[in-house]
Parts: sequence; C-alpha cells; structure tokens
Amino acid sequence: MAAAGGAGQEKQLAPTLLSFFIYNPKLGPKEGEEEKKILFYHPNEVEKNEKIRNVGLCEAIVQFTRTFSPTKPAKSLHTQKNRQFFHEPEENFWMVMVVRNPIIEKHKDGKPVYEYQEEELLDKVYSSVLQQCYSMYKLFNGTFLKAMEDGGVKVLKERLEKFFHRYLQTLHLQSCDLLDVFCGISFFPLDKMTYLKIQSFINRMEESLNIVKYTAFLYNDQLIWSGLEQDDMRILYKYLTTSLFPRHMEPELAGRDSPVRAEMPGNLQHYGRFLTGPLNLNDPEAKCRFPKIFVNTEDTYEELHLIVYKAMSAAVCFMIDASIPPTLEFCRKLDSIVGPQLTVLASDICEQYNINKRISGAEKEPQFKFIYFNHMNLAEKSTIHMRKTPSVSLASVHPDLMKILGDINSDFSRVDEDEEIIVKAMSDYWVVGKKSDQRELYVILNQKNANLIEVNEEVKKLCATQFNNIFFLD
Amino acid sequence: MEDKGEVKCIKFSLGNKILAVQRTLKSVDFLNFIPDSPQLEYTQECKTKNANILGFCWTSSTEIVFITDQGIEFYQVLPEKRSLKLLKNQSINVNWYMYCPESSVILLSTTVLGNVLQPFYFKSGTMSKLSKFEIELPAAPKSSKLSLSERDIAMATIEGSCKKTHILKLNRTGKFALNVVDNLVVVHHQDTETSVIFDIKLKAEFDGSTTIHQFVLPPRSIQPYQIPVAGPASVTSQSPVPCKLYSSSWIVFQPDIIISASEGYLWSLQVKLEPVVNLLLDKGKLMDFLLQRKECKMVILSVCSQMLSEPERGSLSVIATVFDKLNHEYKKYLEAEQSYTLVVEAGLSRSNPLLKRPVRTQAVIDQSDMYTHVLSVFTEKKEAPHKFTIAVLMEYIRSLNQFQIAVQHYLYELVIKTLVQHNLFYMLHQFLQYHVLSDSKPLACLLLSLESIYPPAHQLSLDMLKRLSTANDEIVEVLLSKHQVLAALRFIRGIGGHDSISARKFLDAAKQAEDDMLFYTIFRFFEQRNQRLRGNPSFTPGEHCEEHVTFFKQVFGEQALMKPTTF
Repeated sequence: MAAAGGAGQEKQLAPTLLSFFIYNPKLGPKEGEEEKKILFYHPNEVEKNEKIRNVGLCEAIVQFTRTFSPTKPAKSLHTQKNRQFFHEPEENFWMVMVVRNPIIEKHKDGKPVYEYQEEELLDKVYSSVLQQCYSMYKLFNGTFLKAMEDGGVKVLKERLEKFFHRYLQTLHLQSCDLLDVFCGISFFPLDKMTYLKIQSFINRMEESLNIVKYTAFLYNDQLIWSGLEQDDMRILYKYLTTSLFPRHMEPELAGRDSPVRAEMPGNLQHYGRFLTGPLNLNDPEAKCRFPKIFVNTEDTYEELHLIVYKAMSAAVCFMIDASIPPTLEFCRKLDSIVGPQLTVLASDICEQYNINKRISGAEKEPQFKFIYFNHMNLAEKSTIHMRKTPSVSLASVHPDLMKILGDINSDFSRVDEDEEIIVKAMSDYWVVGKKSDQRELYVILNQKNANLIEVNEEVKKLCATQFNNIFFLD
Repeated sequence: MEDKGEVKCIKFSLGNKILAVQRTLKSVDFLNFIPDSPQLEYTQECKTKNANILGFCWTSSTEIVFITDQGIEFYQVLPEKRSLKLLKNQSINVNWYMYCPESSVILLSTTVLGNVLQPFYFKSGTMSKLSKFEIELPAAPKSSKLSLSERDIAMATIEGSCKKTHILKLNRTGKFALNVVDNLVVVHHQDTETSVIFDIKLKAEFDGSTTIHQFVLPPRSIQPYQIPVAGPASVTSQSPVPCKLYSSSWIVFQPDIIISASEGYLWSLQVKLEPVVNLLLDKGKLMDFLLQRKECKMVILSVCSQMLSEPERGSLSVIATVFDKLNHEYKKYLEAEQSYTLVVEAGLSRSNPLLKRPVRTQAVIDQSDMYTHVLSVFTEKKEAPHKFTIAVLMEYIRSLNQFQIAVQHYLYELVIKTLVQHNLFYMLHQFLQYHVLSDSKPLACLLLSLESIYPPAHQLSLDMLKRLSTANDEIVEVLLSKHQVLAALRFIRGIGGHDSISARKFLDAAKQAEDDMLFYTIFRFFEQRNQRLRGNPSFTPGEHCEEHVTFFKQVFGEQALMKPTTF
C-alpha cells in the first residue's frame, strides 16, 4: 500500500447494520406484486422501489446459487462496501441482514478517504447473529407460519414490526465475536449436594404450584437447571442474561433511597421478587401480565407464560401453560411459597460456592485467557470477556486476536476430525485452538520470545488444571 | 415332696435345679433337683429377727433374695453342701415389692404412704442400691394409710432404662392395667374397654426432669382372641366365639401376660403394626413409631409403597421426610458397623471384650430393600406422572447423599431407565454434568449403550471413564471401536502406556478404518517402538502382525518398511 508514509489521522468506523428485511417469494409471485413479498423492511424509510430491488437481488442470488448446491444455497454475499447474510429459517421465509464493512477513514490532501475493510467481518459470526434474530423472534412470537395461520400476512407483519423495531436496536454488530457463534450457556459450578437440594426445591415447587410446566434455575446469571429442552433454553438464556437480568439491578445493592428499593413490598421475611409480572403484590390493581414464550415449536408447539422470580442472586423461571392466566392470587401464593425457600437456598448456594472456591484455590484468576465451548451441552466459558452488561459482552483482547479465534473456528467446522491449530500473532501473542471430539478450546498467550514447544507446554498445563475431569485429548 | 404344711409360694431357680418353697413367714425350704443327689430338704431362716418374709426371688441359678418387711437378704445357695451363704443384706421398711427378671431389679415400696420406691439391682453375687424415687400422689392422703399399692405399679424393661423419667398422660379415671410389649407401654382401661399405647422413645413435652407423654394412637380395643368351640368334630363348623375382654377377672402380668381368671385363659399380648398405619396419619410420626418396633420392616416398606401411589399419594416434602428418617437409621447402623470393622481390623477386639458386632435390626432399611420392594415396583407401574417418578428417585438419592451414604449403581440405573423411557435426555445430561449420578464403570457402559439414541452419551461416557482413572483400557477400546485409532494412541501415550499395548489391536483397527494414511502412521509408530525397545523395527512373531506387514508392503511397497539402524 502506498499510504505508509503519509498516514495522517486515521479513524476506524465500526461495522453497522445497513438493512434488515424479511420476505417470502411465494407471497407475490406475479410481476407488479413484488411488494407483497416483503414482510418487514428496516429501515422503513427506504423508498418502495429500492426495497423491491434489494429483495429481488437477494432472491436472484439465492436462486442462482441453488443451481450449484440445491440444498445449501448462498449464505452470504461479499461486496466491497458491505456484506449480506441470508437465512431461510422456515420454508420460503427469508431473512436478510446487510452489514456495512468496517471503514478506515483517512485524510489525503485534506479530503477524507474511506477504505473499506472487506475481509474483516466473519461470515460465521454474523450468520449466527442473524439466526439468533430468528430464534429470539420465535421465542416470543412463535413461528412465521403460525402467525400466518393465526391471521394471515397482516398479523405476521404486525408481529415482525413490533418485535424487530425494538430488537434491531439492541444488536451490537461492532462487538460480535466467537461467543455469538457458540451462543452457549454458562453453567454455575456447584457441588453435588447443593445441586440435589436445588433439584428437590424445584420438584417441590412444581408440585405446590401445580400449573407449572417447566422450571429453569439460575444463579449469578449462570444456569444450574433447565426443564426446557436445550435449544429453547439456549435462546431463553440469552434473553435472560443479556436483556432481562441487566434491566433489573439488585435492589439489595441499590442505595436505600433508590427508587428500585422503594418498589419492594414491605416484606421482611424474604428477598423474593418478580422480574416479570406484578411489581407490588399488595396493590390490588397490580397487573399480572407475563411475557409469553413459545417452545418445542418443532413438535408440540407450546405457548407459555414466563414468570421470572428472583431472590438475591438466585433466579427461577416458572413456565406455565398460556391457557391458564396467572392471577394475582396465584402470584401471591407463589411469592409466599417460593420467596422464603429461595432466599434460604440462595444463601446456601453462595456459602457453598465460597467454600468450594477456597478448597479448589480457584480464587486466583488464571493467567490464561481462553474460551471453551462444548457442542454437546452448549457449555461455554470465557476468561476473555468481561461480565455481560445490558448492551454487550466486551472482549478484553484486541479485535484482531478475536478475529483469529473466529478464523480458527471456521477451520474447525470444516472437518470432523480432532485438530489443533497454533497461530503466532503480532506482538508476542500466540493463539492456540484445540478441538477434541465435540469440544473446542481457544487460548491466547502472551509470552515474550516463546517458541512453539513452550506454547504447547503452557496449553497442556491449562488443560491439566482446568479440564482434568473431562476427556480432552492433549 | 413331703407335706409339711401349707405352701405359700414355690419357685424354681434359673435352670430348674433348685426348688424353693415357702411354707412359713420365717423361713424358706430348699430341695435339690440334681441327678444322683439326695432329695433332702434344707431350710434357711431369715436373718433379721422378728421379720416376716414377704417373698423371695431367684436372681440366678444359685442366688436368691429374700424380701422381708424389714429389709432384703441376698443369699448364695450351695446345693452340694445343702446350705445357704448370706452375701449381703440391707435393712429397710418394706410394704411390698416387685421383681423384674429381665433387668434383675427389685423394686421396694417404703415409707408409710408407700410412695417411695427403692430399686435394687443384682448381678453375679453383687447387690447395688439404685437411686430411689417418689411417686407423686394425686391428692394429699387423709390418713397415714398405704396409698400406693403394688397394683398401681408395673415394671418392665424398656430399652434397658429403669428410671422414672416419663409420665404417661391418660386423661381418664378408673381402673387401669398395664403391659409392656415391643418397648411400648400398653395401658388397659376397664371402664371404656379400650387400651392406649405409649411410646416413651418418641419426642414429647419435657419439663426439665421428666417427659410427659400423650398416647400415640387413639384408644382402641384389643382384638379379641377367638376361642374355638370345643366339641365333637361334627359341630366344629360353628364359628369360634370371641372371648370377653377387659373383664374384672383379668390379672395382668409383666411384661405381656394377661390372665382371664373367669375363662381360664392365659394370653400374651401382641402389637399389630398394620392397623397403626391407618391410625397415625402424620407419616413422619408414623415412621418414628414404626422404626422403634421389632417387626417393622415390611410394614415400613408397605407404607413407602403406599405413599408413592394413588389414592394416598404423599407430597414430596412428606416423602422427603420419610426417606430422611429411614436413611438416618440406616446411616447409624452403617457407622456402627464401620467403627466395629475398624476396631477388629486394628486388632483391638481382644482387649475390648465388650465390643460386639452391631445388631442389624429390622429398622435398618437399606437401598436394596427400597429398590426391591418400593422403587422398582413404583417405577414399573408407571401410573404416576414421570415428573413425580423422577422427583421421588431424586429425592431418595438426595437423602442418601445428605447422610453421606454411597448410592448403589442400580438406583442410578433406575433413574436413567426412567429418563430414557420418556426421552428426557437433556435432563439426564444435566444430572451427569453435575455428577449427581456418580461415576462408575457400569454407568459409563450404560451410557455407551445409549449412544445410538442420544449421541452426546458417548462424550459423557468417555469423560466418566477418564475421571475414574482406572478405566484406561476401556477408553482405548471405545476409541478403537469408533476407529479413532490416532486418538486412542495419543491417549495411551499421554498416560505413558504406549510401550505395553498390543500392536496388533491398533493395526487391526487402523486397517478397518480403511484409511491408508492412518494405517501408515500407526504402522510406523510401532516400527519406531520396536526399534526403540529392541533395536530392530520388525515385529516379533509373538505380536502376530504378519498380515499387517504383508498389507503394508502391498500398499506402500517393500522399500517403505523401516530399515534397522545400526549403531
């Protein structure tokens, strides 16, 4: 490149969402009816003909690539300025996300020059983001097809508009990385006895509140138990940890005069409170409206009310059949039964957790920066990311390193065999990726003048301390 | 036996060798019943002057106690010499006495009112005075008349304790009689013709020195004995007649004897546990009660079965309580057994003659009992919703864990079977993830067998085998069976076992994988091993790798074989 010498002020512009649309080619097959295909289009302000043109282009690309690979048509389209991602979650329903490539803004002769970075975005990361958009929609709205059955295109359009209008604002495309590919679940480490106590608690609660169909139990935003199937739990977990929990600060942690605390009913027996549903149980006018979720959409297609109840760091999700609307009386009963027991259980877990931590000596933060993921149980662990904030989970390493991780992951997904990839990155960084059966481990090491053998030894050491209780080939 | 006047009392010694006969108030006569020994009587007068013998009791085969109105005299009988030797005596005013043979305790009623009771304990030639106690009298006695008579007192061994620490609250008046059966105090009430049962082992109100007991069960009548109608065979078809109960002619003896003088029957009283199940509705209390009884096992197991099935299905918290009570008892036994074994193993049993192997009572209900009689039947019936079935199994496992009892493999198998039947694989996965189902080889094998219906079971199984650390051979077998030959080799090398593995086994698996490069790699590895261990890359005849060598030559050519390096 020629710009080496005269590099003036450089500005990096993060990738952004250019457009996002959903269409079904079967809805407007005739010429002149193209607009009917479009079910949702963001940004809505775009002129009608441009919408039609963009949808048509996608349709054409998909159709064209289908001739080469009938079962797996194009997933993404790379252009200089942007990248398009295609996803067909239900038959003939297409979701398209267009992301602008990151830009480096330079000044040449006093004029800004934009340099698009065509190879920065990782297909797998953004394809996963697009798939999650659908999963999240489906969790709260059911399938596209169901909406069509319920009330035709009109209802589907309404639901899409209502959901994506808000949801797209929460996509943080600039900080998407490998974790979005995994969309994993962080499990709370726990000893057997405490785990059994939680089991016993859940079973007894389900018995007392006999309309409860499924229960999930979390502590410290980490999962302990899911009565839901894995795929449903995966997306519910994402909703809870990235949206619901961050919105509800601990009232215990809030200042005494904070408004959050004032909302707490005058309840001294326990710390239980509803995160969804009524805020104040003493208010006879309190609304008992809970979000509805849709699970097992593949077979039984169940519609449920999602009750999230929390005491200290322990949160329980009770899911009840949508045909039974929870009354205020039910909520009071739940509060009086679950509240005190959950409070005790939460402090038990906390105590046990601290004991175990002391025994295992895990208090010392490991020197290693790593990401672990197990495809079998979706267990995910990252020492690279900071605690999830309401908006994003931030990686603590340079984006370039994160990109290497993504590249290694793409390599892994191409073959079934166990593999190991070691990459020497810039400024003394080494990136190691290991794949053993269904598990993947990515380690970032920063050691001055380390050689391949030393790096390999370091990773072995990590495996011996962190993963000695699983079958993970060296 | 000669007729020497009216016999007041006649008693054989323990072992029936010596007969003691009391004919007068002053002396007791003895007669030996020993073969080849002359049947000549000998006499012992009471030592205390002017005292009258109230009675006597044998405390062993050769020891006897005279109870006089002025004290007690403890003798040893010397049958060969036909004489008695005074071992000990004690002066005390005695109104009446009572003897409890099981505990060798004599209870004396002293003082004017007779309400101070003085127990004495006898054992192999010694007599010990126990602390006396006073019976509170219901109202201030009007005269210095004897207020407490022996009819009011019954003595029995209840778990070896013989102290007045318990008050049984009857809440009624009238004539009472008392028996002790299976560590229960049964109080018969004549007016209402019912009996009430007290269990002094159960928790009750405690006022600092004594425990006040309410009766455990509502008053019930004794089930009458059916008297078969006597007569010629032709008329025996007549139904038996139930005998009359609570008649005024009843005489009650300890511990469990009732004599009906009018009808001429001697009964022994028994407690039937089955009806109790329906009388005691609190399952926790019921378990406390049943666990103290001798013949309780089958009743307890049937209570457990009952509470798991309709129509009397118990709530999970009740079920948890019952499991905890059973396992508490089970753990107590296991601990006693363990400390006994420790002492025996340490060779300390000789120095400690009192050490006895702990007795396993019927109250010890172990995992196999629960499995056979309750849990496997319950899960097989499948009438309960599977959620409940799993909750019950988990509750039992939780209870065992809480008492730190190692859970048996068959219980885990039951859990897995139930989960698999209902396609609840994700639940199973989570249980294994938190090690709720403890690692074992059989469990790992069971998981392997599930791989075809639930692929992640493969990973779970391998993890488990790895944690066991004694199952390295199994890990290799599993990997080879999946043609993961390289992974198997890397694993065995990782644990340093690659010098002793069979080359043939790996080469077989590599050949079956139909991957020439893989075969080459594995073949080369073993050639290098041969070179390192024996200085020559070729295989020995004992390794039976001829066909693999041929195959290698066929595919890669003779020149590809490793050349022996010479030093």
